[in-house]
Amino acid sequence: MKLFRNFVFFLFLFNFNNISLAKDPSALINEIVDEAASILSSEDPVESKIIKLNAIAERSVDIDGIGMYTLGKFRKTVDEEQKSKYQKLFKSYFLKSFSSRLVDYTNPRINVISQKKINEKYTIVNSILEATSKRPQVKIDWRIYTKNPDRPLIRDLIVEGLSLARTQKEEFNSIIQNNDGDINALFKTLEEFLIK
Amino acid sequence: MYKLLSVITILYFSLFSAQVIAGDDGKLKVNGNNNGYIEVKDCFEKVNRGIFSFNQVLDKAIFKPLAKGYRMFPQPIRSGTSNALTNIGNVVTIPNNLLQGQFKDAGINSARLVINSTLGIGGIFDVASYYGLKKRDKEDYGQTFGVWGAGPGCYFVLPILGPTTVRDSLGSIVNIVGGDAWYNVTIANDTQYFSEFDYYASRVLDGIDFRAKNLESFDSLEKNSVDLYASVRSLYLQDRYRKIRNIDKTTETLSDDDWEELDTQ
Repeated sequence: MKLFRNFVFFLFLFNFNNISLAKDPSALINEIVDEAASILSSEDPVESKIIKLNAIAERSVDIDGIGMYTLGKFRKTVDEEQKSKYQKLFKSYFLKSFSSRLVDYTNPRINVISQKKINEKYTIVNSILEATSKRPQVKIDWRIYTKNPDRPLIRDLIVEGLSLARTQKEEFNSIIQNNDGDINALFKTLEEFLIK
Repeated sequence: MYKLLSVITILYFSLFSAQVIAGDDGKLKVNGNNNGYIEVKDCFEKVNRGIFSFNQVLDKAIFKPLAKGYRMFPQPIRSGTSNALTNIGNVVTIPNNLLQGQFKDAGINSARLVINSTLGIGGIFDVASYYGLKKRDKEDYGQTFGVWGAGPGCYFVLPILGPTTVRDSLGSIVNIVGGDAWYNVTIANDTQYFSEFDYYASRVLDGIDFRAKNLESFDSLEKNSVDLYASVRSLYLQDRYRKIRNIDKTTETLSDDDWEELDTQ
């Protein structure tokens, strides 16, 4: 009987843990939006804000996945050494441009409206960035990678129907293509951006 | 009307043949496997980049300062201006609603045009929204050609006017051969009520209003792009694709093709 009770208890614990670990994509967005808003509206120095924003990005964005996506057709031609160099450079580039885009906002108000599961791997979360006296309301959709439901990750931001990942991919591909397919040209451009 | 029909006929044949030629060179994917997303060829990239740089200089010297100045006007003035410009734009949107078979939208936009032009004092106040006739998306002749199945043709950049495609620029030509009632009453025909100045002033104001609404976005794009020309080209083509498909849902606009093979978890 005691064994049975322990078994039920462990079963309950196991299920409870499963429930608590699986994260709803909308909850992920709500969580990071609230956290980012609190950082941006704080009196912290800009450098401190950037460090905190980058920590959010490293935790909730699939930076490696986006990096490989943005290489487009060229990801099939890079060797392991180039891939490793690219991933390091891309991560630094992504974090710099991510925090630089956000740090100009003082108190962005984003409301999550709905979400739609496309397939096992992806859910789109729909949200609205509220209007201010300077700009109209902006529709922002988030592509969430949910292959591991316990750790959903952001893979793309779609602002008014325009995909930032796609834009980034076409930008990088343009650089490589205009340099006769040489990926080193992209490395050089990213390095220059990082020391700017 | 004859001119309009001629233009439409020429466009129909030129754009469909352009699709075939583009397909033959093997570089432009038309209706490929990318969820129907059309990859457009940048035929004169070097020249385009030159014009783009020229436009950037103009923007910094003229349009951006004007947009910043415009931003200093109180919000009600800017909203009124924006409303009036949207109202004028309806004279192009309505025929395109009809040409695309959007009869309900054509009816709503016509009612909005009448109500806002009269009760809304020349469109300054959006009275129609108050009566439940909410604003619809803008439509133009380039979009209509796209809806009819015409390919975009080459991407190129026009001085001052910015990014476009062969299809979209031919769509703009339809405006000046009778497709835009606002152009007809200001420039094409000598009416005693409006002058050429009214047309050009509305076009310039439209550009400044758009620029003012996007000051921060443009700055951010400029600051974070490693190839600004390529970014703008991508954003323009994505925007046109979405507008031509008349789709509002992200799940319908984005392809999973590239993402599918990327498993990082």
